[in-house]
Amino acid sequence: MEGSGLIVSSSPHQHTTVSTPIIMSDVILALMPASLAGVWFFGLPALFMMAVCVGSAVITEAALEKLCGKPLTVRDYSAAVTGLLLALIVPPDLPLWAGAIGSIFSIAIAKFTFGGLGQNIFNPALIGRAFLLASWPVFMTRWRWPIYEAAWIPRFDALTTATPLVLMKYMKIKAPYINLFLGQVAGCIGETSALAILVGAAYLVYRGHISLRIPLSFVGTVAVLTALFGQDPVFHILSGGLLLGAFFMATDYVTSPVTPRGQIIFGVGCGILVTLIRLYGGYPEGVCYAILIMNAATALVERYTIPRKFGEVKKGA
Amino acid sequence: MALRTFKGGVHPRYNKDATFRKPITSMPSPGKVVIPLHQHTGAPCEPLVKVGDDVRVGQKIGDSKAALTAPVHASVSGKVKAIAKHPQSSGVDGLSIVIESDGQGTPDESIKMRTSVDELGEKELIGIIREAGIVGLGGAAFPTYFKLTPPAGKTFDTLLLNGAECEPYLSADHRLMVERPFDVVTGAGLLMKAIGVERAVIGIENNKPDAISALREAAKGDPGIEIAPLGVKYPQGAEKQLIFAILGREVPSGGLPVDVGVVVNNVGTAVAVKEAVIDGMPLVRRVVTVTGSCIKEPKNLMVPIGALVNDLIEACGGIQIPPKKVIIGGPMMGIAQYTTDIPVTKGTSGVLLLSEKEVVVEDVLPCIRCGKCVDACPMNLMPLWLSGYQEAGRFDDCEKLGALDCIECGCCSFVCPSRRRLVQGIRLAKAEIRAKQSARRG
Repeated sequence: MEGSGLIVSSSPHQHTTVSTPIIMSDVILALMPASLAGVWFFGLPALFMMAVCVGSAVITEAALEKLCGKPLTVRDYSAAVTGLLLALIVPPDLPLWAGAIGSIFSIAIAKFTFGGLGQNIFNPALIGRAFLLASWPVFMTRWRWPIYEAAWIPRFDALTTATPLVLMKYMKIKAPYINLFLGQVAGCIGETSALAILVGAAYLVYRGHISLRIPLSFVGTVAVLTALFGQDPVFHILSGGLLLGAFFMATDYVTSPVTPRGQIIFGVGCGILVTLIRLYGGYPEGVCYAILIMNAATALVERYTIPRKFGEVKKGA
Repeated sequence: MALRTFKGGVHPRYNKDATFRKPITSMPSPGKVVIPLHQHTGAPCEPLVKVGDDVRVGQKIGDSKAALTAPVHASVSGKVKAIAKHPQSSGVDGLSIVIESDGQGTPDESIKMRTSVDELGEKELIGIIREAGIVGLGGAAFPTYFKLTPPAGKTFDTLLLNGAECEPYLSADHRLMVERPFDVVTGAGLLMKAIGVERAVIGIENNKPDAISALREAAKGDPGIEIAPLGVKYPQGAEKQLIFAILGREVPSGGLPVDVGVVVNNVGTAVAVKEAVIDGMPLVRRVVTVTGSCIKEPKNLMVPIGALVNDLIEACGGIQIPPKKVIIGGPMMGIAQYTTDIPVTKGTSGVLLLSEKEVVVEDVLPCIRCGKCVDACPMNLMPLWLSGYQEAGRFDDCEKLGALDCIECGCCSFVCPSRRRLVQGIRLAKAEIRAKQSARRG
């Protein structure tokens, strides 16, 4: 049997079937409830936005890799995930060209210049959103009525309104829980329906792709702090981008710590920052910036939370 | 009640269905055996026979004066044909004694049953175990007598027997426990006597209920021996993880089980001890699981040490699909081979012939920092960092991060969704660190 083409390699010889492309496509699958809710509540423009953002993300990645002579990686679906996430965190009435530019920025600047998949410091979709907010603040804060109109929302004119967090912060009007939970409020395309987000998140947890360490410490911190500051924690959990951010953005593998303790610190840090921005900051919502700031701290947090090795004896003990 | 287990680990597909219900059968006596002089941890043996000598089963044919070694014995009766280098599963061509069998299986005259073992003391028992060439049969092949002798100032309080058999595909230990529970228990008793302890625990993964009940039955009259069902998770049978699961003790980093008063032996080793002490027969045979989709009739075979893998395959009806990978041991820690012209050694627990379908070679993708390797590492290390530092040639950082604590179980590479060669990189780092350390010592 010598020379019969036997493969000789170092063990292990068996692997899990879960691969990076499978994880990424599972994330896309997990985002489907929130995406469908977005189309349900905001109509076809939401669908177009998703198509444009995903398309420009994938094309940008492929084009840059081609240009730089790098192996084509669009088949790992990570660019599609970034595009879809960006579409879910912009207002439904954002012009499609702006969505495309945001998506290109996400991939080209936030991901590719850092070295591509696995190398970026900041969550690309959130960088895309931050870029759009800085560049076209008017487009990024113009909110459309959900199609299934809710009687409690003040109408500013025929089309526009404000998000529950804005209404709360500046007009002390609180959206009913049920509308927040189902998603019948103004907001970003994929952020309004807590129900849809949680269904998708449950799938990711069930598949073992995310642990609850970051989302629970994130949401839990917001709940505790808002309660301490005399606010309604349930309202704060259900409003804005908190749930989408906690389950789908803060858990981004690349930009969050890999250490268990680090993940909890990361989540708590995000929660503190969100609460501070929401209650004392200039913006009504702070999930995007909170996560981006904690992204910057990821390497540091990780370095100080290396797990105790099995059998490691504490010094001096 | 939650089953006892350890932190981390993975759940590979166990693939034991093909063999775990099949009783152990003896393979037909092979025409020749190739007995390597170095099939254990420690110094190689010097041959004690010459080409042309007649040898008999159980006759010592190689030994060494080194402190850490294990003698080798003839596993068939016949004539020494050659003493030459021969490919071996470890990857090196080791000096081996080739014996042409006369098919008689005549035992050496030195082989005598002991009718009474009660008067044997600790030293005598350990001496018998050494002379019988017994090494750890789980795969590491560490000389057993050496493990049973505690370093100065240290003592044992518990004997652990490892019946976890957490490697996928393998069922040799499982069958041994089901079919020969009394030999396992007798061996355990002898080992307890050899190290002077009153307590033994046999740890078995809970997916082998027949082995658990067989051993419970066999150990009924012996209050010192406890059977501990364990969680089904790889690497449950890793020494440090087994000790933690059963006793809740952590072997200190860089230390040995004796540092927590424990010695761990494989259940197969216990059977070998029983055979050596009571039957007077040195370690000349062992159970090998021959399986994988390429094998026509997967089996648990009783095999003379030195039998060629080719003959084992023949004894299992031959090959039905051309193999793409041949592994000695299990798929998680076993060694891939370039040929099947290699002998079974004392550490050979399985022969796996995997087909193209089971050997998928996937592209390595960038690390996405999912942290699955960190969660899976039973030693609580950071495989992605260790492998990253190794790739960058930063071996000092690997050492600081505990590369030497790595038990090379392969959980990190198993779970990696990007198929990164994590444990493989850590192995390289360990070799570099060890080389540097010995250079420092001069």
